[in-house]
Amino acid sequence: MSRFFDIPSDLQHSWAGLIGLHMREALLPVAAGLLLALPIAQLCGRFRWLYPPVLGMTTVLYAVPSLAFFVVLIDYTGQTELTVMIPLALYSLVVLVPAIVDGVRSVPDETLAAATAMGFGPVRRYLQVQLPIAAPAIIAGLRVATASSISLVSVGALIGNQGALGNLLAAAQKYDRPELAVNAVLTMAVLAILCDALLVGLRVLLTPWMPRAGSRPKPAPRREGITPEGAVR
Amino acid sequence: MNIIDFGNAFFSDSAHWHGYDGIPQRFLEHLQYSLLALAIAAAIGLPVGLLTGHTGRGGNALAFIANAARALPSFGLLVLAVLLIGFGLLPVMIPLVVLAVPPILVTTYEAVRSLDPAPVDAARGMGMHESRILFQVEVPVALPLILSGLRSAAIQIVSTATIAAYVSLGGLGRYIIDGLYQRDYEKVVGGATLVAFLALLTLALFWAVARVAVSPGVRRR
Amino acid sequence: MAAVALAAAALLAGCSSSGDTSDNPLDGEKAEAGTVVVGSNNFAESTLLADIYGEALRAKGLKVDYKHNIGSRETTYGLMKNGSITVLPEYNGSLLAYLDPKAGQESAEAVNEAAKAKLDTSLTLLESSPAEDKDSVSVNAATAKKYGLTAESTLADLKDAAPDIVIGGSPEFQTRQQGLKGLETVYGLKFKSFKALDAGGPLTQAALTDNEVQAADIFTTDPTIVKEKFVVLKDPENLFGFANVTPLVSKEGLPQEGVEALNAVSAKLDTETLLDLDAQVQLDKKDPLDVAKAWLKSAGLA
Repeated sequence: MSRFFDIPSDLQHSWAGLIGLHMREALLPVAAGLLLALPIAQLCGRFRWLYPPVLGMTTVLYAVPSLAFFVVLIDYTGQTELTVMIPLALYSLVVLVPAIVDGVRSVPDETLAAATAMGFGPVRRYLQVQLPIAAPAIIAGLRVATASSISLVSVGALIGNQGALGNLLAAAQKYDRPELAVNAVLTMAVLAILCDALLVGLRVLLTPWMPRAGSRPKPAPRREGITPEGAVR
Repeated sequence: MNIIDFGNAFFSDSAHWHGYDGIPQRFLEHLQYSLLALAIAAAIGLPVGLLTGHTGRGGNALAFIANAARALPSFGLLVLAVLLIGFGLLPVMIPLVVLAVPPILVTTYEAVRSLDPAPVDAARGMGMHESRILFQVEVPVALPLILSGLRSAAIQIVSTATIAAYVSLGGLGRYIIDGLYQRDYEKVVGGATLVAFLALLTLALFWAVARVAVSPGVRRR
Repeated sequence: MAAVALAAAALLAGCSSSGDTSDNPLDGEKAEAGTVVVGSNNFAESTLLADIYGEALRAKGLKVDYKHNIGSRETTYGLMKNGSITVLPEYNGSLLAYLDPKAGQESAEAVNEAAKAKLDTSLTLLESSPAEDKDSVSVNAATAKKYGLTAESTLADLKDAAPDIVIGGSPEFQTRQQGLKGLETVYGLKFKSFKALDAGGPLTQAALTDNEVQAADIFTTDPTIVKEKFVVLKDPENLFGFANVTPLVSKEGLPQEGVEALNAVSAKLDTETLLDLDAQVQLDKKDPLDVAKAWLKSAGLA
């Protein structure tokens, strides 16, 4: 293990550089997924008939292995980070849309009626009442999407040095240096745990009215479709 | 050619339907990896989840272990396991089981833990033995949730088992990895379609099992 | 909503500041004008050769970027054609077999001429080095003993044993002429099955050593051949042809001084040198870039 941080030159990054790259490749898609998921979820909330087909489509998308996505995308976006990030954004979307829809739906009718009675218009009611109350559910979705994204980036190593810390895994094999694989696994795990802790902290900040102790969210309302976790597809 | 054409070309090529690299063989291999991993994960997750859920002890430790396991990247574990152990089924089972245990464990725990206490107390008041309470009251009522945990684990295993091909094992991932290196989109699209199909089949299977196994009284909940 | 937007913004800011922003994904496709992009395939020797080419070009004052570990020739050739890569270490006969599976391979010069004629018009081959690294079908010691195969045995001698033998190689070996296809059409070998491994890397070496496969596509410069007593089968029909290390370059992308620098590398690089450099990377676990720099210096090329 003496060469734990001795990164092969062909990865063209230091250990810290790989971490930065990994975070960007993992988190940008989650952010993009969130920005897309909010309007889609809003549409699904407004037009209820839209939700089942959207859920069905996202379920099918989620079942497609990431590597297949990468390979098909190479022709359009080349051997680049974008090729890795587009499928990750899609997977995030799949996790976040149901989380937001369920979260927004969980707002009690009385609360909505009260907001309306106070003269809130639909936009203001959405932004100031529904979204804050849905915040725990949305963050629960973000936690799943982030963990999955951090794990999945590493598969990008298979399309030519696009897997950030995952490139260490390919290098570990190529040069027969297991310590590089240990480094990759541990670093990714620590990053995932740190991001998760940050999101939990964010939830505590955003929802001061919720009890802090034992603050795991209640089991989400049951729904058909997949409850995805940190899978590598 | 678009994606559908690639898929059609793959499935209509008779060479893809027999031999060691044929669809039936690769499908069976994929099924074998998935079932074995699910069985091992269930053998670990179910008893521990039921026990902790029943006694109500160890919930925090459980959540901690599950979170830590979720943070481990499957692809990384796979490469590491192959480097340290060598060839065989074991290095593939490690990442798949690590992936599948948390959803089974956590959902089972939550399912038993969050039951309405009234019927459990009633059973206890009737003098039922703790093990009978667990298996005749708690498990039947918690079954829909427990099944959903198993289903979630199964879907993740099916889609993740594709990476076994990276370390020279078989399964449907073979088509995707080979297609990548051979620049053969027919194989990539064909393989991805088969994996998605198997995942949806798994969903359907769990839906059917839930119809049969969950008692009608519970299902209405 | 404000909170969520804030969270998203924090995430965005966090990532853009932490990442190395030099390689924007959107302009990663086309090589920047004046910069030579040296690519490599997904095996150690390719990385080493790319480092040698790249550092030789740098020594001549050219601006060099690397794109390492891309994959197989099937992928890198496409990236050469569309101009994403300027220079790629190639093996002349293997490249020709990819471009034209039916081409005969009589001499290294003829191979280079034939390959140049078949190349995309934007690409050309520079001078070949005497260093040769062929694909080969090698068997492990146990298999050699079982079927009485020696260093004098040829691929044809494998014919009766083949139906009992699992052969391993990179996934692309399965569909290449210089692979399962050629072994069947030229030598009539039909193996029990094919196991996809890596391009002559540790997976292949380990699989052959552990008898997971009994025969495998091993590169002739592989230091494990000697170490593990693998038997390389002779190839009298010249299926694996010539495999001299040769730079494949884009005509537009590489200036004249670059051409001269790479030709000077080829003049000095022979098989013995390549074997030694490979052993430094694969057995001594030295970094390929350090090995490349040290050799260029000792050869007076940098």
